[in-house]
Amino acid sequence: MKAAAFQPVYTKIKALTKATCTLEASGVQYDELAWVDGRTAQVIKVDGSSVTLQVFSGTEGIGTKAKVVFSGSPPQLKLSPLLAGRYFNAFGIAIDDGSELQAEERDVKGQTVNPVRRQLPSEFLATGIAGIDLNNTLVTGQKIPFFANPDQPYNQILAEVALRADSDRIILGGMGISHDDYLMFREKFEQSGASDKIVSYINTSEDPPLERLLIPDLVCTTAEYFAYEKQEKVLVLLSDMTLYADALAIVSNKMDQIPSKDAMPGSLYSDLARIYEKAVQFQEGGSITIIAVTSLNDGDITHAIPDNTGYITEGQLYLKKDPESGLTIIDPFRSLSRLKQNVIGIKTREDHPQLMNALVRLYADAAEARSKKENGFDLNAYDLRSLKFAQAYVRDLLDVQLNIGPEEMLDRGWKLLSDHFEPFEIGIRQKFIDTYWPK
Amino acid sequence: MTKGKIIGILSNLIQIKVLDSVKQNEICFVEKGSQRLMAEVIKINGAIAFAQLFEAGTGLQAGDEVSFTGELLEVSLGPGLLSKNFDGLQNDLEAMPGSFIKTGQRSPALDLSQSHKFSPLANVGNTLMAGSIIGEVPEKALKHKIMLPFKFKGAYKLLEVAHAGVYKLDDCIAKVEGEDGRVHEITMVQKWPVKWPIKVYKEKSRPSDIFQTGLRVIDTLNPITEGGTAYIPGAFGTGKTVLQQAIAKNNRADVVILVACGERANEVVEIFHSFPELEDLATGGKLKDKTTIVCNTSNMPVAAREASVYVGMTMAEYYRCMGYKVLLLADSTSRWAQALREMSNRMEELPGTDAFPVELPAVIANFYGRAGITKMADNRRGSVTFLGTVSPAGGNFKEPVTESTSKVARCFYALSQKRADAKRYPAIDPLGSYSRYLDYEEFQQFSEKHIEKDWIKKVNKAKTLLSKGIEARDQISILGDDSVPLDYHLDFWKSELIDFAFIQQDSFDAIDMNSSLERQSFQLNRVLEVCDRSYEFEDFSAVSQHYKKLINLFKQMNYSDFNSEDFKKFNQQIEDEFKAEQIPAS
Repeated sequence: MKAAAFQPVYTKIKALTKATCTLEASGVQYDELAWVDGRTAQVIKVDGSSVTLQVFSGTEGIGTKAKVVFSGSPPQLKLSPLLAGRYFNAFGIAIDDGSELQAEERDVKGQTVNPVRRQLPSEFLATGIAGIDLNNTLVTGQKIPFFANPDQPYNQILAEVALRADSDRIILGGMGISHDDYLMFREKFEQSGASDKIVSYINTSEDPPLERLLIPDLVCTTAEYFAYEKQEKVLVLLSDMTLYADALAIVSNKMDQIPSKDAMPGSLYSDLARIYEKAVQFQEGGSITIIAVTSLNDGDITHAIPDNTGYITEGQLYLKKDPESGLTIIDPFRSLSRLKQNVIGIKTREDHPQLMNALVRLYADAAEARSKKENGFDLNAYDLRSLKFAQAYVRDLLDVQLNIGPEEMLDRGWKLLSDHFEPFEIGIRQKFIDTYWPK
Repeated sequence: MTKGKIIGILSNLIQIKVLDSVKQNEICFVEKGSQRLMAEVIKINGAIAFAQLFEAGTGLQAGDEVSFTGELLEVSLGPGLLSKNFDGLQNDLEAMPGSFIKTGQRSPALDLSQSHKFSPLANVGNTLMAGSIIGEVPEKALKHKIMLPFKFKGAYKLLEVAHAGVYKLDDCIAKVEGEDGRVHEITMVQKWPVKWPIKVYKEKSRPSDIFQTGLRVIDTLNPITEGGTAYIPGAFGTGKTVLQQAIAKNNRADVVILVACGERANEVVEIFHSFPELEDLATGGKLKDKTTIVCNTSNMPVAAREASVYVGMTMAEYYRCMGYKVLLLADSTSRWAQALREMSNRMEELPGTDAFPVELPAVIANFYGRAGITKMADNRRGSVTFLGTVSPAGGNFKEPVTESTSKVARCFYALSQKRADAKRYPAIDPLGSYSRYLDYEEFQQFSEKHIEKDWIKKVNKAKTLLSKGIEARDQISILGDDSVPLDYHLDFWKSELIDFAFIQQDSFDAIDMNSSLERQSFQLNRVLEVCDRSYEFEDFSAVSQHYKKLINLFKQMNYSDFNSEDFKKFNQQIEDEFKAEQIPAS
């Protein structure tokens, strides 16, 4: 990270905030990378001859005579198949014991895929978790976050889903995850025997928060390299996007921008969309599927971060604890996979869509019965049946610990229906009832 | 042309020191090596112009040259727009090579070297005004009218017009002489600045006819009219996009313009994928042939989001001038408003509510105002029906975009989170939503004549039953099943019947997704008739048993072709259900 010989060194800083510094400089490009006393920084504003830099590791200890050197180009990343199996920090520097990579450098801000050159995502991505495969079926090329409260084991589940899903390549972007979770990912990856198909970019909660801002670009550029140039099926994991957005808010605040909802920058939607829209199914065969984590504050999904996320992603998976059994499940009510329509009943068995909806609707009846019970009302026979059904539904299908195939899920679903209901109560097309109702 | 130099860069806002005169909203280009990056002037202060870049600002430097065009943001209007896929600035996406869109890449909306079969309709010596028809060109199923360009002011005399034959788009097909004696050459293509409404019509009239969407909860309960406006607000996951796509598929318009504004790319891909296969209900041709897509997805330049809705509206107005029934769909107008907010924020303007620019309500009102039915000088009638979705932050309708839209759009389709959670789709709240057109005398006359007698009375009756059902449900949940009179259960289950049998509709089922007006009227009458019968029930669980069986039969009917054997069979089973279960108490 040394300046080229012809690059001038600036030593007069005009202004400093916690996240930025401003100086007089000429010939500077917007988005250009720079170093302030060796710390990585990026140009975020040009105003006449005055240039504002965002210093990723913070400006603590930076003096007004700090040395500023410009790199002459926007942030770049070395791309090579040798990235596989390695761990890097937010600047793309190896944090494992491996050797330094020798490879071609590329700009990290990729271009937009022309929408007419995208392929309709239509390949079923099985995870063995019924809360996903049955109720919220994933498709390669999809982007979807887990919405989870801090007490949920979201990173464990993310790792589990990633390792179970069929992919050629996994790219993990850790943003502000705890060191413990980082070690958990490493351990799970190594145990799985698949660690040489995984590339990780890690910023833990010990690292400066603004460094997180670099992670998604590194991850997406790497993903695009493997998916577009190598035609691989790439799975991207991003955790935790809430902490990424918090870092965006810090910069925007130090830039004196007027905050919009929840103190988030007005551009939050576009900032998040730029990352999530990297999910794609290329016509040439490669694909990028993004599974992210957006942690919630006490289940509040109206907060600007989950709210904007929900408008961008193709659905969301809510993790919650089932109140009766204590099992972790994927909430069938609030969760959604928008792309499931491309595969359910087409790539999976024909009865899948209607069966799935019927199960969820009847589970809703159980929820109503439960609230009736809590309010001290007598339950009628139907209520009691639906409560029994709900227990079995959670136990036999929704529990995230289960690992079952798609046909088995459907068969279990029909079994649950016939154990607790009559055919006319389930609102499914007669044709399917005739074929699949257990005799 | 005026030149300038960049002196400031903040994301996609650039400040330019200009050397000569410059216009508000003028288009300029930053010359960056071989790249030319397009930008629009949005503020001028002394010799400094502020411009929004339709690209990312990466790599730009202070001192980079800027050249101004003297033009506002304009679109090309001419034969060949239908079935095209444009970006937010009317670049033809299909014509761009490669999988990725390169910075500064452009491709013209219409290929001027393309030939079309022109037939003259006006005669030499005729007096023409802007919008007068000179000739026509077949375009897919339509006759694309070639009109005197809208920018022409006053009367013109037709001096020459080309004979019927094949001409290139930029060939001269007519010569006209203005009142000042100047002669102008006319081609089949004209340009128009997108932010100006095309007002070459003689009058705008009040809407009267229904605009069919094939959705029962809209057409019957809260109809939108031809030339009408509607908005659909809803939190994410409540089915806005599915709903809009269902309308895009089921309508009977001549031309559909879909604007994907700052939304997901995969949703547009789905349209690219499905529309060429789907049949257009109006003509029996392919749906793709009457559809033009303007697509500026969320990862495409933010500034072009605003442009995209105007580009869509301008093309819609253009086909309306020809005398066609145009449907314009925009998903989502909130993304456009957010783009305005981002820019206003970068310009350090004093913010209005939720940091949106203070002119937001006026901007939205003007835009919705461009829809409507118009009559041209020769009495040809065309319409733009506009449906916009709104994505309220946090699903809360008390926010500036939803509120501003509510003041101008005549139909309101509220998507309810509760209905979506219960998988009751479409999640349009039947009572919370409204159509102001139901109160229009013009629409009342239309429905009496073209749907059936006393139609609106029946619609209101269904709504009354629904609201009684909600009251009953509340009472039951407060007092408990046993502590309320049986009538409450009856009321509740009648409303459930209307909900399940009529309001809910499966957009993914080939039959149920689209219901003709005839079928809707049959269904409404049938449901109301069933609700009217009164019976003695033993207890409340007998009530629910009875209605659940009915609901099941109605659902099976909805999944069957109208008046097919299956349909009649299930209809008969409804009768049998009455005979088997209960004895009429009369």
